[in-house]
Amino acid sequence: MPPLAITAFTATSALGRGLDAHANAIASSTGGLSPNDFSTAPLPCWIGRVAGVEDEPLPREHAQWECRNNRLAWLALRQDGFSDAVHAARARYGASRVAVLLGTSTASIGATEEGYRRLEHGAMPADLHRPAIHTPHSLAGFVAHVFDLEGPCLTVATACSSSAKVFANAERMIRLGLVDAAVVGGVDTLCDSVLFGFNSLELVSAAPCRPFDAERNGISLGEAGGFALIERAAENADAPLFIGYGEASDAHHMSTPHPEGLGAELALRDALARAGIEAGDVDYINLHGTASQKNDEVEAALVARSFPATTRASSTKGFSGHTLGAAGILEAVLTLLAMRDGVIPANLGATTPDPLCGPQMAWHAERADVRIALSNSFGFGGNNACLAFARRGVVA
Amino acid sequence: MSEALTVWVKGIGLWAPGTPTWHAFREVATAEATPGEAERPLADVLPANERRRAPESVLLAAAAAGQAVAMSGHSAATLPCVFASAHGDQVITDYMCATLATAPAELSPTKFHNSVHNAPAGYWTIATHCHAASSAVSGGEESFGAGLLEAASQAIADDRDVLLASYDIAGTGPLGSMTSTTGPFASALVLSPRPDGAAIRLDITPEPGNSGREPSGDAWMDGVAASNPSAAAVPLFRAIAAARPAALRVAAARGLDLHIDLGAAP
Repeated sequence: MPPLAITAFTATSALGRGLDAHANAIASSTGGLSPNDFSTAPLPCWIGRVAGVEDEPLPREHAQWECRNNRLAWLALRQDGFSDAVHAARARYGASRVAVLLGTSTASIGATEEGYRRLEHGAMPADLHRPAIHTPHSLAGFVAHVFDLEGPCLTVATACSSSAKVFANAERMIRLGLVDAAVVGGVDTLCDSVLFGFNSLELVSAAPCRPFDAERNGISLGEAGGFALIERAAENADAPLFIGYGEASDAHHMSTPHPEGLGAELALRDALARAGIEAGDVDYINLHGTASQKNDEVEAALVARSFPATTRASSTKGFSGHTLGAAGILEAVLTLLAMRDGVIPANLGATTPDPLCGPQMAWHAERADVRIALSNSFGFGGNNACLAFARRGVVA
Repeated sequence: MSEALTVWVKGIGLWAPGTPTWHAFREVATAEATPGEAERPLADVLPANERRRAPESVLLAAAAAGQAVAMSGHSAATLPCVFASAHGDQVITDYMCATLATAPAELSPTKFHNSVHNAPAGYWTIATHCHAASSAVSGGEESFGAGLLEAASQAIADDRDVLLASYDIAGTGPLGSMTSTTGPFASALVLSPRPDGAAIRLDITPEPGNSGREPSGDAWMDGVAASNPSAAAVPLFRAIAAARPAALRVAAARGLDLHIDLGAAP
């Protein structure tokens, strides 16, 4: 595919607000997990919580969109000059030529949950009587409203692959000439649905998650918001490039991955083919690495059999927790930072490597020249995505 | 302004209360029949044990998708698919929120994994052994048009036939009063970038602005069309049923319509 430029990007997570906070956390291998103080009933586990969201309401002109998820979106949009970049793109191309393509797993269901906790005569309480937030499209609707954009506006909600897949939606629309730029990314916030939901499936660890550790025993949930602005690659800019993507389905089970990683491998092959690269060209892979028993087993085997020892790989979920529908964008941003800073993130949380892991795993932070990198995101329902990025000038 | 996206319709599926198949809907649309009683959607693509247990949203989406794929003559195993829905399975969302408000630790794990917006896409790919790309999207009130734009884009960009299924069910509980959805409806299309003898061609052009929906004058059709966001597909499917060239607009986002020129083979 013709490479596209990522002309602006940002993320906000338990590691902090914006790129510098994330780069510093990665450089010092300092994670952001803390004991669960979020759920409305006690649940002994660790979470990746964004500090201060509850103290920062939306500006009055956006009050109809008020909820934790849109607050986090608003916070994330205002880091790293991202909002300015979107306004400039709108001015350059026109409101109908900029798409809003965002991934989320649960959008603002936290607000719907809250309504059910304090019903008034069996109905939504008056302050939450706002249909725009009780729908999966709440986030994308809010972002399109904030920037007054009138191009294609789509929510992708494929669980944990959501905000990776939006990069593919953007590439197709730009290549077909439907739009000139796309705001991609996603936001998911902590809520009872996911905390008690993953707990009901016995997938949540009582301790901080340990991706790829022999003793791992489940995930830590987190929240995050992140965005990227994608445009056609100009000749002389130094923006990183989005060079390929793969999407595939396991066709195996709703909540466990294919035992041989079939869908994950198809997505990987698709991404390499679209990018016109080979496995040996890949310097770093940001793994899905949830620290669930099955995911890590399957993914470790896939990496071990597909890549040379020179390719470095790690999961960053020990830093941020599993941010579900926001994992795709958060980890894409961390991958771009690895490329920018020449730092391979540690596979934080693991102390005893699972013997299934190959020599590719970076257990500690490493210095490396990252020219080409991948990011994996796999979701419930067997939904797999793989993104490929390159530094400017690397790919002909 | 963009060039038109041109796709050919290889398969059609539909489920509405009283017309459980595209064939039944077409007969009503052409005044050869009247709507019957609402029946349970027949999702015969799913294995029998899954059919018994599957949530309403999954049955509905799979019923329409199954019809469209059968008409196309394709194997679903190799067909990329896009499942569009404004609100997903509202019965499960209502259950989740009600349970979390009273006894969160008692949440059903099956209900939880069925609550993801991509549950129909997941069940569909598992039942049909489909390893192609599958997606689950929402576009709020404009979900049908947003899904149509995405599926047509994918078909042309990747030069592959793509399945689009769009579904919504009636809301229930406090959530239902927020979503203003009064009944179930699903439609499906297999869209192709190549004619291959297909009878129906769609030229889809995004245009700024929303023209709004005009009532057709047919009370039953208008009632179905107003029942949920996915039922915004009704005017397009009526036009397909009429088998004459037609032009119509379908909203794809706030401030964005799709102008659709429908060409039917003579």
